[in-house]
Amino acid sequence: MTDKNLYCYAGIFDTPDQIINAAKKVQSDGYTKYDVNTPYPIHGMDSAMDLKPSLLPYVALVVGFLGAASALFFMWWTNSVDYPLIIGGKPFFALPAYIPITFEITVLSASIMTVVTMLFVIFKFPNNSHPLHDTDYLKQVSVNKYGIVILADDPKFDESNIKQVFASLGASQVFPIFYHEEVINFKPRIFEPKFIWFLIILFVLVSGSTYITLNKLMFLPPYNWMMKQNKVIVQEKSEFFKNGKGMRMPVEGTVARGFLPYEFVNKPELAAKDLLNPLLPTKYNLELGKTKYNIYCSPCHGYHAEGDSRLRGQFPNPPSLHSEKVRSWSDGRIFHVITEGQNVMPSYSSQLSREERWAVILYVRALQRSLNAKESDLP
Amino acid sequence: MNTVDYTQEVPIVEGRPTLQEINELIAKPLDTKPDKKFYIALAVTLSMLTLGVIGLGLSFYYGTGMWGNNNPVGWGFPIVNFVFWVGIGHAGTLISAILFLFRQKWRNGIARFAEGMTIFAVMTAGIFPLIHIGRPWLAGYLIPYPNQHSLWVDFNSPLVWDVFAVSTYFAVSFIFWYVGLIPDLATLRDRATSKIKKTVYSLFSLGWRHSNRHWQHYEMVYLVLAGFATPLVLSVHTIVSFDFAVAILPGWHSTIFPPYFVAGAVFSGFAMVQNVLIFIRKIFNYEHIITINTLDRMNKIIILTGSMVGYAYAMEFFTAWYSGVQPEQFTFINRAFGPYAWAYWIMVSCNVLFPQLFWFKKIRRSIPIMFIIAVLVNVGMWFERFVITVTSLSRDYLPSSWAYFKPTFVDMAILIGSFGFFFTWVLLFTKSLPVVSIAEIKSVIHGAQPTHEGH
Ligand code: HEC
Repeated sequence: MTDKNLYCYAGIFDTPDQIINAAKKVQSDGYTKYDVNTPYPIHGMDSAMDLKPSLLPYVALVVGFLGAASALFFMWWTNSVDYPLIIGGKPFFALPAYIPITFEITVLSASIMTVVTMLFVIFKFPNNSHPLHDTDYLKQVSVNKYGIVILADDPKFDESNIKQVFASLGASQVFPIFYHEEVINFKPRIFEPKFIWFLIILFVLVSGSTYITLNKLMFLPPYNWMMKQNKVIVQEKSEFFKNGKGMRMPVEGTVARGFLPYEFVNKPELAAKDLLNPLLPTKYNLELGKTKYNIYCSPCHGYHAEGDSRLRGQFPNPPSLHSEKVRSWSDGRIFHVITEGQNVMPSYSSQLSREERWAVILYVRALQRSLNAKESDLP
Repeated sequence: MNTVDYTQEVPIVEGRPTLQEINELIAKPLDTKPDKKFYIALAVTLSMLTLGVIGLGLSFYYGTGMWGNNNPVGWGFPIVNFVFWVGIGHAGTLISAILFLFRQKWRNGIARFAEGMTIFAVMTAGIFPLIHIGRPWLAGYLIPYPNQHSLWVDFNSPLVWDVFAVSTYFAVSFIFWYVGLIPDLATLRDRATSKIKKTVYSLFSLGWRHSNRHWQHYEMVYLVLAGFATPLVLSVHTIVSFDFAVAILPGWHSTIFPPYFVAGAVFSGFAMVQNVLIFIRKIFNYEHIITINTLDRMNKIIILTGSMVGYAYAMEFFTAWYSGVQPEQFTFINRAFGPYAWAYWIMVSCNVLFPQLFWFKKIRRSIPIMFIIAVLVNVGMWFERFVITVTSLSRDYLPSSWAYFKPTFVDMAILIGSFGFFFTWVLLFTKSLPVVSIAEIKSVIHGAQPTHEGH
């Protein structure tokens, strides 16, 4: 018995009444390092052993609140800050609609954390190398016996005394339990570096493969089926039609409804001379021009037409529209640029109706005048 | 029978077995090799499962056009089956959590098994939303994650609530179940003789030592979990009902849905648990643990929830009439007398009429009759989901778009397959884990608790 250390003295009892009495006695005798093992929880054992109420409900409370707050925060952030989106006419922060998910996250986080705290922090599980494991003692108390152990490192530990106390309480068996130093572990296993490394590697693997699957793999063939659909797209070849084009041509000699051919193709001077702005600078027309200008022109020309593009060099910067040249141009000349485009500037004839083009010109004029106001313009 | 002594509590476990006997009895199915009957049963469920797998294979290969879903009935069998299976799960949590909070000790004999059925039912249910999205490999989009489109899921949508509710439900049920299993696994570990079994049990019992310093926290956590699981189980079917109730379709758009769905879920879940327990108690000789009194009590819950469902059916008609809204009134008349009248009357007779037989004590305690009634209840509850989903969609606001929904062979194959999937898990469960909680049963047998004599 030289390599064995004494762990505890154990007493085995046959009835729940006996074990309650034993626990009371051991507690009142002033032992602190003892434990009672029973196959199921015994009513009244908490008070017999004088155990303090478990604090785990507070863990549930705190984690539950944190879970609720983070769920709400996350939904607010995604829907109001990161990608504000109005859905079904609801406000960006639609509290009633967020309640179900907030509730679910509260329950989920609190349940998981309470159990995790209990098992891994309080019980220091998993641990299969405790001195009691594989002992005759544990094999009996896990079936039908009620056992009590007093640990050898209890300050009041005294073999003969304990034997006598257990016997007087009616123990059917009293025996010591020994353990080997090398095979025993009292420290929590989950804080071992091996386990922490395992967790880190697992985390990297799972998040990495999730990222690759969701953000890369799903956009590669054959998973990009959503992009490839069995329909005819304009400009595509077609086996079906005789002329081999997917696009249908208009019937010869006809024009689309509402289509007016532009008379001044490639004739800017003529346009400058002959085209007149049919719109008056009314409030309505200026508002319309402003809206359309901000949508279609401002990305390149800037909100104030100073050529301060927002395209960060991805497209050649246009000149300012406040130049002498453009200010002296007639409305018809600008109309021509919008309709036909000019060098790298594309045509805007399909995005803007004729009326809208004239309205944009009115707004450009207003911008020009605001930068070059004469004294007589002041009221 | 005539002279009942109401002063005496009905014993939960009959026949006063010893703790040792309980241990052996519950561990016996795990120690013995499965017999021929088990393999026959497994062969049946696996064949059903194979049929389902073939159905799924066809749907993935050719697309969801293999199903009966049409326009306007876009929600066909998959949604019906989803709601049905989630509902089946609800009995488990009700038994393990709600009855625990109400200190109904008779639940101790059936809680473990019912919880197991919850987990399997939710697993089965989970298949259906995934296949119903048509491209199951894109199911990742259901989860909010920073993606390439920089889009988030729509948190205002009941379908997204559903994703959170069902996955939370699965996770919490699983934790609850596992926490309950730990002491039993430790007991099995301590009696295991083979090395492999011992290693496996040691691994999963995490080193449990039946210590009362642990039992104290353990009981508290069990209480906390029960406290969480109770509102959770109510929320899950409430949210499932929002999938319907938040839409504006007549027949769906109804505030009565959440309680009505929850009652229906418990109703069908109890019927399913009762059905399976009847076999379990017979095959494993658990008649004194899962007593006829327990089954009697379950039947009482079936009649309670069944009557609530019946009340909801009546109230739907009343509301439709009282609202004065024409499409609403038409929907309900159409349900009872339209093209799907056959489904409606199956539902009403199975859910409302037959369970009323449980008012008779003789019937409540007769195993064959209660078995048949519970089977009918499940048929009825499946049809309830069918009626709600399909009849409302097939006759919506616009008569020009009306269409009749007919399930296809693939639909049926997947439905049968879902039963195969569920019962395969149930069968494997009975042979691999204790189907009755050893510790919980021990704590309620005669003489298990101290008498505190002389105090
Ligand atoms: C894609 C960027 C882009 C957009 C959008 C755009 N432009 Fe231009 N614009 C240019 C560039 C670049 C030039 C200079 C072209 C050149 O090199 O002659 C230009 C030239 C012009 C000119 C002639 C200026 C001059 O000095 O020759 C006018 C007038 C003009 N744009 C008006 C508009 C109006 C009105 C709109 C809105 C309908 C618009 N542009 C939208 C890029 C753009």
